[in-house]
Amino acid sequence: MAEQQLVMYEEEFVQIQAVVDRLLRDAMAKVVMLVDMNGQLIAQSGETDHLDVVGLAVLTAGNVAATGGIARILRENGFAIQFHEGEKANIYTFLVSNRLILEVVFDARTSPGLVRLRLKKAGEALAVILEALSRKQNQPGFDLHFEGITDEDIDNLFND
Amino acid sequence: MPHINVMTREISFKVVYCGPGLCGKTTNLRYIHEHWNAGHKGKMIELPTETERTLFFDFAPLDFGEIGGLKTRFQLFTVPGQVFYRETRQLVLKGADGIVFVADSQYPRMDSNEEAYYELKEHLQGLGRTLEDFPLVVQYNKRDLPAVATVEELRELVNKSGVPDFEAVASTGQNVFETFKALVKLVLAELRKKK
Repeated sequence: MAEQQLVMYEEEFVQIQAVVDRLLRDAMAKVVMLVDMNGQLIAQSGETDHLDVVGLAVLTAGNVAATGGIARILRENGFAIQFHEGEKANIYTFLVSNRLILEVVFDARTSPGLVRLRLKKAGEALAVILEALSRKQNQPGFDLHFEGITDEDIDNLFND
Repeated sequence: MPHINVMTREISFKVVYCGPGLCGKTTNLRYIHEHWNAGHKGKMIELPTETERTLFFDFAPLDFGEIGGLKTRFQLFTVPGQVFYRETRQLVLKGADGIVFVADSQYPRMDSNEEAYYELKEHLQGLGRTLEDFPLVVQYNKRDLPAVATVEELRELVNKSGVPDFEAVASTGQNVFETFKALVKLVLAELRKKK
């Protein structure tokens, strides 16, 4: 049941950001976000200045997790695509390799059909990048520098 | 497992507050979020039912600034405590880097404490972990109320593994930060262990 840890490296991060940016343009969306299953925001693009993206990411992951629970009750493998239709804003989410959630927020400037089409294509591109990233996970090259952190340092953080 | 972005040098941990229904998990989170001044904080999200019980989870993002050259963020979650929310509890607990178990010190809540504790134990076993080797802190909350069990009694019930524990009054903030701080230490120690 243990999940594989996802460490994001520069090369793949740049590739992922390019896919996310392209999806924003191609789908004529307002916002595109890539989120992991725990709600950690991995990449974002679009009109995010006045948006609580951290909250949106966490709630999206919660939503996908809950939908996965519904799928289990119905003996489905999962629901790869979700659509939320609002008065002004709509959301499409797509599960990438069952590890990441690609989310598109869009309005009347585009159509659900176009978004869905582009979303799936972007999802496929991300799956390829993710595969490369998974192969890289066990390679060294990232020093966390956490060895030198003392309990006192942590106490001081709280005393600020 | 923490999320690490090598390029932006960010590390993000998930911490979950669990325990029986109405034991004070959300109160802990609210207090920490309101009084957080060690760094930036995002908006707190609460998903309560009409009776103020947590339906799915509460969430508070806290930035610590830099630790060891990395921008460090802790994302705090609570789970719903009621027995029948087991399914959503498991969803929120998934991927946790550390857990605070909040026990309700009042005598009538002992069965609920015990039930929640065993569910947590089962959850960790499902991950191939134990209460002893997972970053876990226990908090005995509501110490200000009458008819509360002694700390020894509570330890016997919900801290058999002898992890760090604290007597607290979450509504006034007593030992709320101390509990969280102890968990942060364990979570970072766990990361050092993995190296």
